[in-house]
Amino acid sequence: MSVFAHELRNQQLMFWRNREAAVFIFVFPPMLFLLLGAVYDGDIDGVPAVDRLLVGILGYGCANTALAGLAITLVIRREDGILKRLRATPLPASTYMAALLASTLVVFFAQMALTVALGVLLYDAEGPQSWAALAPVLLLGAIAFAALGIGLASLIRSAEGSSAVVNLVVLPMAFLSGSFGSTGGYPAFLQAVSDVLPLTYLIRLVEAAYVRGESPVDDLGAVAVVVAWGLIGLLVAVRRFGWEPRER
Amino acid sequence: MSAGPAIRVRGLRKAYDGVEAVRGIDFDVQPGEVFGLLGPNGAGKTTTVEILEGYRPRDAGEVSVLGTDPWRSSSAHRERIGVVLQHSELPPTLSVHEVHRMFAGYFERPRPVDEVIELVGLADKADARVKTLSGGQKRRLDLGVALVGDPELVFLDEPTTGFDPSARRTAWELVRALRSLGKTILLTTHYLDEAQQLADRVAVIREGELIRIGTPRELIAGAPEVEIRYREGGREVVVSTAEPTRMLAELTGRALAEGRELEALEVRRASLEDVYLDLVDEERA
Repeated sequence: MSVFAHELRNQQLMFWRNREAAVFIFVFPPMLFLLLGAVYDGDIDGVPAVDRLLVGILGYGCANTALAGLAITLVIRREDGILKRLRATPLPASTYMAALLASTLVVFFAQMALTVALGVLLYDAEGPQSWAALAPVLLLGAIAFAALGIGLASLIRSAEGSSAVVNLVVLPMAFLSGSFGSTGGYPAFLQAVSDVLPLTYLIRLVEAAYVRGESPVDDLGAVAVVVAWGLIGLLVAVRRFGWEPRER
Repeated sequence: MSAGPAIRVRGLRKAYDGVEAVRGIDFDVQPGEVFGLLGPNGAGKTTTVEILEGYRPRDAGEVSVLGTDPWRSSSAHRERIGVVLQHSELPPTLSVHEVHRMFAGYFERPRPVDEVIELVGLADKADARVKTLSGGQKRRLDLGVALVGDPELVFLDEPTTGFDPSARRTAWELVRALRSLGKTILLTTHYLDEAQQLADRVAVIREGELIRIGTPRELIAGAPEVEIRYREGGREVVVSTAEPTRMLAELTGRALAEGRELEALEVRRASLEDVYLDLVDEERA
């Protein structure tokens, strides 16, 4: 077994074994979908409400799993000295990060499949128009948000505060980006914020692929915004990420 | 195999924010040796060890660990070392067995996991989750994880700090077991008896400087004084002497002649602790 496969297995074991985190990261977005899907009806921005909600929740799930989940996990492992301990083994840092990213993708794709299945089975939502268009969008989103997650982890100093800080970033972003419904009625200044957020553009790409089967190649502007945010996260991570506890 | 010392340190210096934590220290650790770095808190022990482990760069000096510069060391180098940090947790939701298997997978030629768990005395806890272990059991887990790659050289940074006496004794037995496996061990401690019990050679370090180095016996030999204590008329009398045989004969001869008993008579050779405290006081004075 390669070291990468070994470490991916370790990451999956640690993720699912940690029940509280697994519930928050994996279960929370589909649960929100179930709750909101029960009360939404009609159309949102010309799309059946439940389909629009499903698309928004996929975007939120991406931010929750790749950004929030990864950031909190990394801060806790760093402050516990687990990352420092790993640095003294032959496991290369790049293999560790690649396995952690792959593990995050596994969790996110399982969550996405669950959310879509719930929508189709319980709320008569449509399935994706084009998996071929949707898959690369979600992959791009997960990688960009993972980069932001690692960047954010680099800026958080303590394990205790990590979950609060991360949700202070992710939940408002999800609202402003239209994860839970249209932002069309928001005041102009909130729309202005919404217009620069990566999740706004990810949801736009997901909606295009999911509802209309349009490839992300048709909206390279949105792709560019998501990629740019991912690069910002990567830049912060490269400059600030540390393997050793900040406190103590 | 490379001949020469397992660890070689020459003129090592390291400062944090302008404060020198390590100020030019030299020592060698020979293959198969248990070497103790002894000093009070803040003496620079952990800084030194973490430079040797490859965690931080040095400001000046030469450092070689198993023939390699530990800063920017390769995976191949890390195959050969085991590390027990002063503070570190392991994934709390995994079992003892799972944590060992996780780390074993990072090495090309690990020791069999069950054998290591047995060696560190956690066989009956193999399926217990890490978060349910006591402090002493967690420390054994740290040690097991450090040994699972079958390293030649093991770093133990304050391996028994916070242990109760029986847990310390168990830990000492473990270190002796490691030594009998032929491992080279660098351990830091601020417990004098620990250094005396475990180390073949001890370096005493204080405020970033190495102030004495030698076998525990040599360190004690540096202070030839023997203390003779007894009580006389309710008062404690302490006689320090370099000639204990003659002094004792005089004292007991006189007491015998006078038909007195030397109450609570005690003859004590200076321990490493006395030497150590003397050294530290000398530096302070």
